[in-house]
Amino acid sequence: MRDIIVGELTQAAHEMIHGFAHLLPRLIVMLVILFAGWLIAYMVRAVLRSILRLAKFDKLFERAGAAQMLSQAALPSPTELVSRFAFWVAWLGFIMLGVNALGIGGLQEHVARFFFFLPRLVVASVLVFFGLLLASFLSRAALLAAVNANLPSPRALSLSIRILVSVFVLSMVFEELGLAERTMLVAFGIAFGAVMLGLAIAFGIGGRELAQRFLERRLVRERRGVREDEPSPL
Amino acid sequence: MAEESILSDEFIRQLISVGEVDILIGIPTHNDAKTVGPAIQAIQAGLLKSFPRERAVIINTDGGSSDGTPDIVQGASISDVHRSYNGYTLRTLHAISTQYARTPSEAVAFRTILSAGELLRARACIVLSGDSCNIEPGWMDRLLRPVYRENFDLVTPTYSRHKFEGVLVTNLIYPMTRALYGQRLREPFAPEFACSGRFGSQFLVQHKWSHGDERDDPRMDLVISALAGGCRIHQSFLGVRQTVKPQSRDLVNAMRQTIGSLFSCLESTFPAWSKISGSESISTAGPEFEVSDDVLRVNRKQLKQMFSEGVAELRSILESILTPSTLENLRQSAESDEASFRVSAELWVKTVYEFAASYYKSVINRDHLVQALVPLYRGRMLTFLTENRTASSEEVARNIENLCLEFERLKPYLLELWNGRK
Repeated sequence: MRDIIVGELTQAAHEMIHGFAHLLPRLIVMLVILFAGWLIAYMVRAVLRSILRLAKFDKLFERAGAAQMLSQAALPSPTELVSRFAFWVAWLGFIMLGVNALGIGGLQEHVARFFFFLPRLVVASVLVFFGLLLASFLSRAALLAAVNANLPSPRALSLSIRILVSVFVLSMVFEELGLAERTMLVAFGIAFGAVMLGLAIAFGIGGRELAQRFLERRLVRERRGVREDEPSPL
Repeated sequence: MAEESILSDEFIRQLISVGEVDILIGIPTHNDAKTVGPAIQAIQAGLLKSFPRERAVIINTDGGSSDGTPDIVQGASISDVHRSYNGYTLRTLHAISTQYARTPSEAVAFRTILSAGELLRARACIVLSGDSCNIEPGWMDRLLRPVYRENFDLVTPTYSRHKFEGVLVTNLIYPMTRALYGQRLREPFAPEFACSGRFGSQFLVQHKWSHGDERDDPRMDLVISALAGGCRIHQSFLGVRQTVKPQSRDLVNAMRQTIGSLFSCLESTFPAWSKISGSESISTAGPEFEVSDDVLRVNRKQLKQMFSEGVAELRSILESILTPSTLENLRQSAESDEASFRVSAELWVKTVYEFAASYYKSVINRDHLVQALVPLYRGRMLTFLTENRTASSEEVARNIENLCLEFERLKPYLLELWNGRK
């Protein structure tokens, strides 16, 4: 009886030691991958930051008016944001590689999925980036045009354009990521339709007199041919 | 030659049949059938009278007229002019027309005229606007003679204007070009001008020509190129300028064509303007400036409202362009009532200089920056209209002179902003 117990314990200890000895190199490989990955991700961040600074990347955002939006949201500068994003994508990729090196069956499938998902994540990030720029640029252009044309509520018009473009970009991003595609499509359709209907009702009922005055002013002025309110600038 | 590619084969054939000329008269048109006939007759009469021995060609560059403007140019006969003016040219006077596009573009029209001038080796080119309805034969002598006989590179006109006409010119374009380049050139953005063939060819090579952009207008660049390049410039008084079409009230477009061009030229001409202080008169025939003070209805309330709303609504944009003190002063002006409203000369000059420096540094999209200046200009325009409401011609001239001196006095401020010291 005693021999059986000792035998079983010895076998269990052997298996444990064997298993540990089998796992130890993989663990070391994982740690090495994690360390090397962190170093590489850190270097990627540093190099990318330098390149973006040289290319005056922040200026591009500033010119489009998107830098102000980032600072209002207490986010770092665009250069910092992109380089940090690159760091985390690279670092996360190496973490996945390290976990994969452990050879744990269930995890390998998740790691493969992550690498399959990575290109989509990058495309989605690029979409967010250009979408943000486009939304800022168009909303500012609308604001300036509305102010110079003396239209009512220029800021509301500018904000609506920013929201519309942002919602459109967001729906594209979700579609790219494959997250709740149908829900997003339906939500976008409902939101867009609601905004348009709301605007139509507001213009038709709330701004009836305003619209009447606006149209009268325009048509009467056009009929007269010459505006009398401003001398020729040149 | 790269600049020749803009000319169509048919047009080149017509030019070749004309041969070398001494004088080229360019008329850009777009639906100017009502005015182009009398303009051609006045030009022919002017040539008969002042340049009878010179080889001359009239070139009409048309931007897709649908009213038969090019036919009128090509059918213009000199025989009526012979009878009226009792004189004959010793050379054949050619008149040719080319349609460069179906939509008008000042840039393509000017480029075509200057390219034709270079191809025909014209010693002098004159550009007259097709929509002017009072071109006189005497304009040819007043604009061409200084170039053709006195070796000037560029001749610009001065006009007799209503005191409230061309406020953008009197309150911004003229004072700023004067302060920057040190030359008192009254009309830096004139629809009529004459230039030497040499200067025309030089500008043809230097200028960055756009491809059919309707908003691009090279006239401002042409004048700045002459000012910065140390060219010999002359001004000739032409009297009142009248057009059949009403003058455009599109302020945004006017700002783009003039202020956009002026700001954009500042970077390339920095070595020239940064060393200049003060200003000097330039050779002028006739009065430098003449204003009439007839009654003109102006909606002051709307100007004030557009200025105030502009300052409030564009606050976030203006914050990235202007210094906090200038923005605060503008905000205070915007909040004042109509009776006490004023955008002082100093505030206006500082605003313009800060915009110019921000344009150079590209703090925001450059076209947006020029558009953001529009409501502020309306504030300055209202101040000018109010200050000169009952002023005589002399008082208006004095007020403009004071504004020019303010632009000159604050030029070091622009240099500080430019060099990033502020």
